Amino acid sequence: MSEMSMNTASGAEGAMAQPQLREVPAVRMEAVYKHYGDFTALNEVDLKVAKGEKIVVCGPSGSGKSTLIRCINHIEKHDEGLIYVNGVELDRQRKNIDAVRRDTGMVFQSFNLFPHMTVLENCILAPMTVSSMSQAEAKDLAMHFLTKVRIPDQAEKFPGQLSGGQQQRVAIARALCMRPKIMLFDEPTSALDPEMVKEVLETMKKLAEEGMTMLCVTHEMGFAREVADRIVFMNEGKVVEQAAPEEFFKNPKSERARTFLDQIIH
Amino acid sequence: MSHFSPTAAVNYFFNYFLMKGVLVTIGLTVAAVIGGLILGMGIALMRMSSNPVLSGFSRFYIWFFRGTPLLIQLVVIYSGLPQLGIKFSVITCALVGLILNEAAYLAEIVRAGFMAVSAGQREAAWALSLSPWTTFRRVTLPQAFRLMIPPLGNSINSLLKATSLASVISVEELMRRSDMLMQEHFQILEVYAAATAYYLILTSVWDAVQRRLEKHFGRSSAAKSRRVAARAPVAQTSVEVRA
Repeated sequence: MSEMSMNTASGAEGAMAQPQLREVPAVRMEAVYKHYGDFTALNEVDLKVAKGEKIVVCGPSGSGKSTLIRCINHIEKHDEGLIYVNGVELDRQRKNIDAVRRDTGMVFQSFNLFPHMTVLENCILAPMTVSSMSQAEAKDLAMHFLTKVRIPDQAEKFPGQLSGGQQQRVAIARALCMRPKIMLFDEPTSALDPEMVKEVLETMKKLAEEGMTMLCVTHEMGFAREVADRIVFMNEGKVVEQAAPEEFFKNPKSERARTFLDQIIH
Repeated sequence: MSHFSPTAAVNYFFNYFLMKGVLVTIGLTVAAVIGGLILGMGIALMRMSSNPVLSGFSRFYIWFFRGTPLLIQLVVIYSGLPQLGIKFSVITCALVGLILNEAAYLAEIVRAGFMAVSAGQREAAWALSLSPWTTFRRVTLPQAFRLMIPPLGNSINSLLKATSLASVISVEELMRRSDMLMQEHFQILEVYAAATAYYLILTSVWDAVQRRLEKHFGRSSAAKSRRVAARAPVAQTSVEVRA
């Protein structure tokens, strides 16, 4: 627990994950429960994610996969159990929540770009207000990441002028501008037209190759096969099985995973 | 006197005494809008609060002030409250009445504006670890404000005309001064023609201001994402062509 590196915004470029032995896991969940009224969205979930690991979370709709990753940056508040992100416990303390959110970036199914700001303004808002960066510095940073997601030429446009795929890539760049150590993807391609899925997945692959710790809720099984270190299969709020992709796709252990795979792989 | 004298009407229009009344009308409107917006914002925040006492109070406030005539509110403040030993100047009475009343309407407009901003916007702000204040000021407020402008414009237009009710408690605004001129000269049509012209001018000027505001705050509207548009039907004032 000693190496809680919380000097967040200043993390250097390549400081993503250099897996070491016995280091603090990126995410640790222990017996986490989340209820919505009578509905149990998370039912005693245990999960450990090592630094640099890429996890794909899948499962039928309503199985709790989105809730799971939304609890990691406290957009949903878990009801019971423990969640640690880079060694910081997500209790109800404001400073811990802030620390965790600075360490995590999130990409949403519906992009959630700020429609009244240009692409560039979307990207520099958090660096300027949260990390007190100067405007020039923040703009350089934003252009760096916009170039990385291959849309630097759209910087002055408003989100609504871009295609869905471009918007999602902006959303990824916006999140990266805060130099997160962990990226959470909540069905990032589900709202996209089919021909735009690929450009977003390519961007995510690139990020994975650079060693980013990633948790992705997605139905893109090709992506899962290629990128994931581990597949986490959920059903009815429980983690039913976890396995390396080849193992999971070839011999799913649970009956539920088998029927799920039959349904989605045609 | 069986005719209408256009010359007299024009003379009333340029009557200095009446013009001063116009200034009072403008002053009342501006002050009531500002006061009403501030109070209305507070009432709206209370209404959206999870605290049952706050939201209950806000509900009651809106129910009460929207459910009773402004005229009664003004008369009670002006003539009724002194019975309890609470006395204000005439102008203060008019302002208190107008602000309390306007706040109830504006609160609902403000609330509708905020509710139309999708939850995803707030979540994105949290995920970027923006502070609650930055989230409010930079993310939700500008979007909510854009949605508020059309209904806000209507409400301010109504308010401008409702200031004429203050004449009943002897505030010498446009309506009251028209009455005074009328009683002095008995040129009823001529005096009210001048007053009517002033009200039309004021509402037209406000219309123009409102259009400019809509244009300014809608600068990204041609580019508005379809998703936001679909979730915020309140704001859809025109058909937009995607660039």
